[in-house]
Amino acid sequence: MRAVDHRAGPYAEFEAFVAGAAGRLLHVAILLTGDAESARRLLAGALARTYADWRRLRGDDPYDFTRQELCAAFARTGWRHHGGTGLLARLSPLERLVLVLRVYEGVADEVAAAQLGLPVERVRVLCNRAVAAMRSREAA
Amino acid sequence: MSGFPDRKETEVRQALEAPYPVIPPGLAAGAAARGARIMRRRRALRRLGWALLLAAATAFTVWASLTRPWSVPPSGISPPLEGW
Repeated sequence: MRAVDHRAGPYAEFEAFVAGAAGRLLHVAILLTGDAESARRLLAGALARTYADWRRLRGDDPYDFTRQELCAAFARTGWRHHGGTGLLARLSPLERLVLVLRVYEGVADEVAAAQLGLPVERVRVLCNRAVAAMRSREAA
Repeated sequence: MSGFPDRKETEVRQALEAPYPVIPPGLAAGAAARGARIMRRRRALRRLGWALLLAAATAFTVWASLTRPWSVPPSGISPPLEGW
């Protein structure tokens, strides 16, 4: 492992970004996967790609980029995260993804649909279904 | 627009809210090391691509200058002789 420049420049910016944003991103990842270890792995991969694209990110929000990478990685491996023990264990991986993006992260329907490669209508349906499932769970 | 189910969504959002988990130590350093590895791999791939392109262009130039495919080979057949 070659040493990364720890003094200044991109690494310092990246470290500051991680210090500020990793907590929330890790919470998002835990909501998605339902367990801390795979959430940590998912976040580590997304952050690595953010660092690799750090220079090209100028002007873009690194938080958005990392969340997008996180969600894409979760969508690729979502079938591994069926069930589980987390708060959203009863939802399917796709429903969790839509619920977290739309409701917890406050991403607009259209943006979430574009990021997930789904029609907007389907995102709305999935979101409503997930919200209904969550509320019935709370009521029970 | 998604205006009307706001109350329900707010309830669910509150259920999802929680204090942020503790960041595992070395997360930034590990991610940066992995990111640097990705960058090196991309750079190597880009170099390989350019090298291949350059090699192909050179090979084509050499081949073209040797065989001159644009020059028409001298025809061995004379045109039909008509109207003399």
